[in-house]
Amino acid sequence: MFNNFFHKLASPKHFYRIAGALIPWLAGACLLLALAGLYYGLIVAPPDYQQGDSYRIIYIHVPAAWMSLFIYMVMAAAGAIGLVWRMKLAEVIAISSAPIGASFTFVALVTGSIWGKPMWGTWWVWDARLTSELILLFLYLGVIALHGAIDDRRTAARAVAILALVGVINIPIIHYSVEWWNTLHQGPTVTKFDKPSIHISMLIPLLLMALSFKLYYACVVLMRARCEVLERERSAGWVRELVETK
Amino acid sequence: MTLTEFLHMGGYAYYVWTSYGITLLVLVANIVIPLRQRRKLLTDIARAARRVRREP
Amino acid sequence: MNRHSLTRAFSLLIRRDLILAMRHRAEMVNPLLFFILVTSLFPLGIGANPNLLQAVGPGVIWVAALLAALLSLDGVFRSDFEDGTLEQYLLSSHPVSLLVLAKVLAHWLITGLPLLLISPLLGVFLGLPPAGIRILFITLLLGTPVLSLIGAVGVALTVGLRKGGMILSLLVLPLYIPLLIFASSAVDTAAAGLSVTAHLSLIAALLVLALSLSPFATAAALRISLS
Repeated sequence: MFNNFFHKLASPKHFYRIAGALIPWLAGACLLLALAGLYYGLIVAPPDYQQGDSYRIIYIHVPAAWMSLFIYMVMAAAGAIGLVWRMKLAEVIAISSAPIGASFTFVALVTGSIWGKPMWGTWWVWDARLTSELILLFLYLGVIALHGAIDDRRTAARAVAILALVGVINIPIIHYSVEWWNTLHQGPTVTKFDKPSIHISMLIPLLLMALSFKLYYACVVLMRARCEVLERERSAGWVRELVETK
Repeated sequence: MTLTEFLHMGGYAYYVWTSYGITLLVLVANIVIPLRQRRKLLTDIARAARRVRREP
Repeated sequence: MNRHSLTRAFSLLIRRDLILAMRHRAEMVNPLLFFILVTSLFPLGIGANPNLLQAVGPGVIWVAALLAALLSLDGVFRSDFEDGTLEQYLLSSHPVSLLVLAKVLAHWLITGLPLLLISPLLGVFLGLPPAGIRILFITLLLGTPVLSLIGAVGVALTVGLRKGGMILSLLVLPLYIPLLIFASSAVDTAAAGLSVTAHLSLIAALLVLALSLSPFATAAALRISLS
C-alpha cells in the first residue's frame, strides 16, 4: 500500500493533486503554532536581564538560521535523489527549495544584524554565525543563478544538484573555518548570539516558532513545486484537462 | 504586559518590530509569489491550448 | 581498460595542453600580471604604511591569487568545448575523472605554478618578514592546486553557458573561503614567529579532499553540461 502511495506521489499528476490537498492543512497548522509561539515569546516570556526586550528577536532569528541550514540539506538530498534515481519530483523539490532557503538566510542575516545594533553599536559585526550565514546566502544565490542560466529544466536541475552537493560538503568546512577565524580576530567584546543556558520559558516559544517555520517551509515548497510541475508538464494531457475544467 | 508595554518593547521597539516586520514581509512574499505564478501559468497554458485548438 | 593506455592518455593530455599554452605564451602571462597588479593596487589604495601593509599583506596576496586563478579558470575547458574535444573525452573508454585530473594538473602547471614562483616578490612588496614569505610560498604550493581543483567543478558546470564567467565567480568564490582563511592566517602566524603546523595540516587536508572528490564532481558536471 505504501509502495503504491510513493509511486503515485512520484508521478507529477498525482503530486500536484496531493500537494494541493495538503497545503491548506500545513498552512493552518503553521499559523496556529506561530501564534502560540509568538504569544509565549512576545508576551508571556519575561525580558532578559541583560538585553531587555531586544532579545525577543531570537524567536525569529534562530529559527530562520536553523531553517536556512535545514533547507540546504533538503535541497542537496533531493538533488542527490534526483540525480541518482532520475526522479523528477526530487528535482522539483530541490529547485523549489532554493529561493525559500535563500529567504530564510536573508531573514537570519537581517534580524541578526538588527539585533546586533543595540547590543554592540554597529549594524554589522563579523561574528561567526553572521559570516557563515552570509556565505550560505552566496551558496544559495549561486544555485539560483546557475538554474536560471541553463535553458533546459532537466539539465538545470541536474547541474544544480551537483552544485548543491559540493556546497553541502563545504558547509561544515566553512562553518568550522569561520568559527576559527572569528576566535582569532575576536574584538574586545565577546559576541555571543548563542544562548549559554536558555531558560525554559524562552525555550518553548523558540521551539514552537522553529516547528512553525518547518511547516511554513513544507507548505511553501509544495506551492512552488506545483508551479514547477505545471511549467514542466505543460504539454501533458492531465494539465490540459486541468486547465479546461477551470 | 499591557498593550503599550508590548508595543514599546522596553525601549527596543524600533529594533524588535523592524525585525518582525521584515520577516513578515519576506514570508508573505514567499506565499504571494507562488500563488500568482500558479494563476499566471494556468492562464498561459489555457491561452496556448485555445490557440492550438483554433488552428486547423 | 588498458592501464598502459590510460597513463599514455593522461600524459598526452598534459603535454598537449602545455604545448598549446606555450604557443600562446603571451596569454600565460596575463593571470600573472593580474596577480602582481592587484597586489600592487593595495599599497596605492590604502597607503604605504609598512605596518599596515604587513598586517594586510597575507590576505591581500591570497585574495589576489584567488582572483587570478578565477580569471584563468575559464580556459580550462572552453577551447575543448568549442571544438568538440570535450565530447570525445566523455566518449573515450578512459575514466573521465582521470582525464579531468590531467586537465587540471596542466592548468595548474600553466597558471598556478607561475603565481607560486612570483609570490616571494610580492611578499617583499608588502613587507612580509622572511618567515612569512616562506610560509606564503608553502601555502600557495598546497593551495593553488586546490583552487584549480575546486574551480574545475565550477567551470564544468558553466562551460556551456553564454555568460559563464560571472556565474563562475559566484559559484566558486564561496568555496574558496576556508582556504583563504587558513592560508592567510598561516602566513600571519608565521610572520609573528609562531608554529604553523596546524594551519598547514588543515590546508593539506583540504588538498587531499579536493584531489579525491573534485575530479568525480567535475566529470559528473561535464556529463550534465554536455547532455
